[in-house]
Amino acid sequence: MKKKSLVPRKIKDMALRIFSSFAVLLSVGAMLWILYTVVRYGAESLSWDFLFHKSQPYGSVGGGIANALIGTVLITFGAAAMAVPGALCAGIYLAEFKDHRKLAALLRFSANVMMGMPSVLVGLFVYVILVVPTGKFSGFAASVALAVLMFPVVMRTTEDMLSMVPDQLRESALALGMTRTRATLTIVCKSAKNGLLTGILLSLSRVSGETAPLLFTAMFSDSWPTGYFSEPTANLPVLITEYATNSPFEVMHQMGWGAALVVTLLVLAVNLITRIFFREKKYGN
Amino acid sequence: MGKKDTVFKLLCTGFALLSALLMLGFFLQLSLAGADAWKTFGLNFIFSSEWDPAAERFGALSAIVGTLATTVIALFFALPLAFAAALYLVDAAPAVGTVLSHAIDLLAAIPSVIYGMWGLFVLAPIMQDHVQAFFARIFKLENPGNGFGIFTAGVILSLMILPYICAVMRDVFKMTPAVLRESAYGIGCTKYEVAKDIVFRYGIRGILGGVFIGLGRALGETMAVLFVIGNLMEMPHSLFDSASTIASTIANNFAEADGLQRSALFAMGLILLAMSFGIQVLAQYYLHATGAKRGEK
Repeated sequence: MKKKSLVPRKIKDMALRIFSSFAVLLSVGAMLWILYTVVRYGAESLSWDFLFHKSQPYGSVGGGIANALIGTVLITFGAAAMAVPGALCAGIYLAEFKDHRKLAALLRFSANVMMGMPSVLVGLFVYVILVVPTGKFSGFAASVALAVLMFPVVMRTTEDMLSMVPDQLRESALALGMTRTRATLTIVCKSAKNGLLTGILLSLSRVSGETAPLLFTAMFSDSWPTGYFSEPTANLPVLITEYATNSPFEVMHQMGWGAALVVTLLVLAVNLITRIFFREKKYGN
Repeated sequence: MGKKDTVFKLLCTGFALLSALLMLGFFLQLSLAGADAWKTFGLNFIFSSEWDPAAERFGALSAIVGTLATTVIALFFALPLAFAAALYLVDAAPAVGTVLSHAIDLLAAIPSVIYGMWGLFVLAPIMQDHVQAFFARIFKLENPGNGFGIFTAGVILSLMILPYICAVMRDVFKMTPAVLRESAYGIGCTKYEVAKDIVFRYGIRGILGGVFIGLGRALGETMAVLFVIGNLMEMPHSLFDSASTIASTIANNFAEADGLQRSALFAMGLILLAMSFGIQVLAQYYLHATGAKRGEK
């Protein structure tokens, strides 16, 4: 065998080590840089008025983001209420009922494809099936769009979490004379509870910052979100887009940064708290 | 099985079928809504770069080129970085590795509109003043660009897809049997050689799967691109030109469009859907292959 000399090997090794550390530093550094920017510019606009007053029409000074904040919360929770129960059932089907493996594989595949669906297309889809027939932009349509985004994610995490539950648990529950339904809901789902919650909350934090599907569904408005089912509904992501791109005024950019800070804090808080409190429980393999 | 069990099973099956129905629904609905444009322009729609709402002539080529160009740039930067970072994280001390992994995952948690704002107010000026000015000096370009364009969008996209690729690679690297790596170290391999000859070879399918996951993300990303690409419906001539991607075109024009233009936007949506579907199929194929190798399920 050819003998390689040691020096080039060591140099290559050194280069890889340095590049690896550099890659990690760069990624983490970029993350911190973005957060720092948002905090630095956003902190200036945070105030009592900013958080608790509604936004003003284009061009007038002052106002806050309270209506958009409430709108975002409404839209996001509406989406969760629609997507989560169904997605849990769908995940249970993939993990627990294994008599049609080919069908299950097909459904798993389509869920995976749906997870990679460009969110702007989801906006188009919901626009056609909901906004066009009713003739109204609404917060509800936006919730449906976000629900379409959430559904496959929750479905797949549910399946993954339930497959981690050891079969002995299922068998013991059935041996005690429980029906399949009861065994699944009270034993299997309960022991995977933390994992399921993690999946739901992480997908919630992910969709709450989504903008593209809201552009053609919720649109934007400067009023309080009273017409969730029938009127354009204020929300933070579209507010940020409007203020940052469609306005030459420094004041509005400034407010955009403030709204960006609020969104980022919300999303990251849910994300971090979920990761810290519900770390997925691993069963010994 | 009792009656309740049957009902419960039917319920679960029904919701599971929903995922497939949704996927079909997307194809169906985008094809229907874009039918007018396909009928008017035929396949020429894909190969024409004309975009003239006044004359009602539309072509998707410049947006397709913009989409592909930004995606390639994003992958060019993100891939080596994600690979090297994953290599570091897998071998790092557990506490350090976990914290840094979570920190990189946070990049994926930041909403895309925040990337957009950061790109618009921070990155684009830096690109204009330093990076593009630098390239202009070296290559003696006449028009160094204004900071908005394909290159800036690609750089932002690379940051956005990095955590996804890195997460897949981390999982793949962890699957390499410890015995293999330890034996390699045991016969005196350096870390570089272990990475190149053991980890990379063993995980190549998983790595490809990760690449396609990242590609899918980059193709469909809308807001971050919309903020920094300049939104010009013209064929770009250099990396620093303003351009547009399919997703940004849809987001930018849909609200004001009607008639044939709206139909053209739906047709572009169908193209994007087909692209992202193809990429997801490849991603699933390679990731599934590693799953099988792992001996799971």
